[in-house]
Amino acid sequence: MEFQGFQRPNNLVGVRNTILVMAVCDCGEPAARQIAEGIDGAVAVSQYQGCIAMEVAPTLVGVARNPNVGATLLVAMGCEGLQPEPLREEIARAGKPVEVVNIQEIGSTRRAIAHGRKIVKEMTEQAARQDRKPFDVSRLVVGVKCGGSDTTSGIAANPAIGVMSDMLVDAGAAVVMIEPIEAVGAEEPLAARAVNEQVRQEVLNWVGNEEKRWTVPGASVDFMCTGNIEGGLTTLEEKSLGAIHKSGHRPIKGVLKNREDYLETVPPGGGFYLQEGIHVELHAMTHMAAAGVHIIVFATGRGGSFGHAICPLVKVTGNPETWAKMSEDMDVNASTIMEGKESIDSVGQRIFDEVLAVASGKITIGEQLGFYNFAVWKVDPRLEALLGLK
Amino acid sequence: MKKAIKMDEKDNVATALAGLVAGEKVEVISSRQEPVQQVTVNHALPLGHKIALADIPKDSTVTKYGATIGKATRDISVGDYVHIHNVRSDRLPLTDHMLGLK
Repeated sequence: MEFQGFQRPNNLVGVRNTILVMAVCDCGEPAARQIAEGIDGAVAVSQYQGCIAMEVAPTLVGVARNPNVGATLLVAMGCEGLQPEPLREEIARAGKPVEVVNIQEIGSTRRAIAHGRKIVKEMTEQAARQDRKPFDVSRLVVGVKCGGSDTTSGIAANPAIGVMSDMLVDAGAAVVMIEPIEAVGAEEPLAARAVNEQVRQEVLNWVGNEEKRWTVPGASVDFMCTGNIEGGLTTLEEKSLGAIHKSGHRPIKGVLKNREDYLETVPPGGGFYLQEGIHVELHAMTHMAAAGVHIIVFATGRGGSFGHAICPLVKVTGNPETWAKMSEDMDVNASTIMEGKESIDSVGQRIFDEVLAVASGKITIGEQLGFYNFAVWKVDPRLEALLGLK
Repeated sequence: MKKAIKMDEKDNVATALAGLVAGEKVEVISSRQEPVQQVTVNHALPLGHKIALADIPKDSTVTKYGATIGKATRDISVGDYVHIHNVRSDRLPLTDHMLGLK
């Protein structure tokens, strides 16, 4: 099985050829937007955590190095704590074009925008000359995520996505899941899938540490809510098993860590991985993008209206009412499972086929709408230190 | 006949794919869409809620997705509605806040 992708340096393959216009911090954000405005294939993003948030640097570097990105323009105000030049050097190690527009250095925002537009137009023209080539499906890295969950998520969309995850892993591809909070209550079945004792302990820490972070005084989070119970979920175990169902059943090869100066990326060779990070939708998606994920498959009961700047989203709903109302916003219908009309395996096969089509360039609903959401999660080093997690 | 789905063959509960009324007979299907058994439901329950596929004695395991989701807090009979009134979590007791009581 093959898909049509873009060859990158360092033996990587992309499924998009995005020109990334990345504001190093929010000060440069409006300029970055105007630089990308109206240029086909250019996407502007910013990180909204302030200019001294050094913790986001590994994520920004990871995102720009994602193989879906063909080239990057960094837009800096100039006086940021997070300096553009070290970022540029790290990004350049991926072997792709990366340039910097420094507004204070140029001395005029208007001139900086004009200069940036010239660079981005050249980058998009260069990208447009690159053709897709066939690659084996084993080169794909797919993320799984859920949000706007309801009663149907654990019965239809997540189990069907789990079938797709297993099919991908069996074909030699890699699959990544990031939301550790979702696994609280399902630690044991998840840990039982670890390839060895060391990974088993890492899986337990992945869940256990996240539980600690959300149960410090003042940060109490209900792991179950009234809506869950009204929807038919009886215990935390049931809720979590339904959520992690999207990860499939294959062995867990490892947990991708947030290192102080870089984020671990998905190693070659395929298989299923967990990733340290957050469950909040867009932050989680950006974090997965920074780990090298190409495409994210998103289970939603209630329907989600967004896309992601780096990873095309394949949105799957298992809710017949959501499908009836919002079918034009959904990429795959899994509600046939709820109607007793189609097996979970059969829907899983359709999601797999859709992922392959999207990898070859099929435009997702989010892309049709021109939605390129982006948000960056910042690890809280104070909390990590106080809890003794690092 | 309305349907309920048994997510794993080890499960002793199935999830209703439609709202059910007391006394109604429901067809239980596997995740592969194969008919597994028929059960007469003893109580009304909404879509997404669970019915017992076998007798589950007090303190024994309630299984869904092939894994433990909790323990029976009283004897449950085949066809009974299975929810917070007769199952408790081994992991997290429900609080009044989770129940929407405060």
